[in-house]
Amino acid sequence: MKRWWLLLVLFSGALLADDCALRGTGDLAIVIERADGAVQIVETTHNTAIARVEGLGDLSHASVVYSRDGRYAYVFGRDGGLSKVDLLCARVEKRVIQSGNSIGGAISQDGRLIAVSNYTPGGVKVFDADSLELLADIPATWGNGLRSKVIGLVDAPGRRFVFSLWDAGEIWVADMQDPRHPRITRFRDIGRNPYDGLITPDGRYYIAGLFGEDGMAQLDLWHPERGVRRILDHYGRGEKKLPVYKMPHLEGWAVAGDRAFVPAVGLHAVLVIDLRDWRELARIPVHGQPVFVEARPDGREVWVNFAFPNNEKVQIIDVETLKVTHTLEPGKGVLHMEFEPRGEEVWISVRDRDRVQVYDTATHRLLRELPARKPSGIFMAARAHRIGL
Amino acid sequence: MWRRIGIVASSLAVSAALAQSAAPSAQRQAELESMLLQDCGSCHGLTLKGGLGPALRPQALAGKPRQWLIDTIRDGRPGTAMPPWGPILSDADIAWLADRLLRGAPGKEVKR
Ligand code: HEC
Repeated sequence: MKRWWLLLVLFSGALLADDCALRGTGDLAIVIERADGAVQIVETTHNTAIARVEGLGDLSHASVVYSRDGRYAYVFGRDGGLSKVDLLCARVEKRVIQSGNSIGGAISQDGRLIAVSNYTPGGVKVFDADSLELLADIPATWGNGLRSKVIGLVDAPGRRFVFSLWDAGEIWVADMQDPRHPRITRFRDIGRNPYDGLITPDGRYYIAGLFGEDGMAQLDLWHPERGVRRILDHYGRGEKKLPVYKMPHLEGWAVAGDRAFVPAVGLHAVLVIDLRDWRELARIPVHGQPVFVEARPDGREVWVNFAFPNNEKVQIIDVETLKVTHTLEPGKGVLHMEFEPRGEEVWISVRDRDRVQVYDTATHRLLRELPARKPSGIFMAARAHRIGL
Repeated sequence: MWRRIGIVASSLAVSAALAQSAAPSAQRQAELESMLLQDCGSCHGLTLKGGLGPALRPQALAGKPRQWLIDTIRDGRPGTAMPPWGPILSDADIAWLADRLLRGAPGKEVKR
């Protein structure tokens, strides 16, 4: 009943408001302007800014997921704010402050649920995607009544969410068949301080990177009964690690053929995993400690950006030779890179220069620069149709 | 490897070396302020209200000795995610950061 009423209001609102665009959203993207609590809506066909939406709170470390119709962006802010932004009308449709300090979110396979992972109080909250009504609260309790910070939250097939507990060193799978009564499966002792997690594009493997020890924790969601297994547990052993000034991110899965590329923690290196046996195949020396390691959608190249104090460059790895073939210098504070869905262009945010840049990925030439205030994450609406994003 | 970081972090390291003993110049202070919010902020929150690391606002740090903050920033906390900043910041930079944390946002009165 309530939903009908809501739809009606939305619909008539859209008809009445003449500032709402009549267009598709498949080529739209959101650029987070993190200091201002605002987002820009840009279109990636002609590479222009369309609109700016303000009032989204503290957007440091903000991330975005999209409704399956591509119309709404759910923006997760640091201050616990969850905002539903209408891309066509360029306005905040709804907004709730759901915790004190949050870190990211996910949308369920069927698009009906939004999950948010929180630092304080540590746990996951699940909301109705239409109304943002709270459906379930999953406190990340461990030890003696402690609450753990939650990171690496993703959606998985079968209406599940998977996430990791930074303090507890656990992976949890929440089955949301009944959204008000999630069924939790806990995997303990997966390793110290998981810092982020990803799910492979087919939704089969969940992988958490470990900060507190070497290697990564891998869970096969086809066979959760086999438990969590350690992969890459030899990298870094006996080596002197550098101080880590920024946590790396695992977002999506940089896969080319049967190789995957991941950031090494505390090393100036990208690790190459052989997906046939999940072993380290090679280690590619790069300019700094990698933050994002992203495959161009055709899998021919892998692009890497770096942690402070090496965050002025982007390097491009050729996946056949496993060597760095190009180094770009966008400027200080390169925070994020996002490929257009078919990969012909890539968007890069350059925080300290207050710009986002668009590069041609065939020539590696800068095509365009758009002003943006302290830009961080860039999120294409095409994420709407991908598992784990 | 440590030396290499120093070289790569050129702009910071060079200005840090120049400002070794004296208080940081006005320009350096502006750089440190921006670094505090952006780079420390990536773990402690852009508004220093806390994230992966704890809140660093004056209320949260009340009662903690200045030297203890300086040591934490310089040497980090082994076994946690707090990295040592000694390799890329001068003593003067670090002391300025500690004072800035105790004092709160710029423009507010120093009370030490
Ligand atoms: C990679 C993440 C990270 C970065 C970047 C970082 N910190 Fe921390 N910091 C932490 C963590 C985690 C702790 C808590 C350590 C512990 O558990 O004792 C901490 C603790 C501290 C503390 C002690 C606070 C207390 O009450 O115990 C201070 C002071 C501090 N950091 C200052 C800074 C400053 C200044 C910077 C930037 C120059 C910075 N940090 C950058 C992660 C980080």
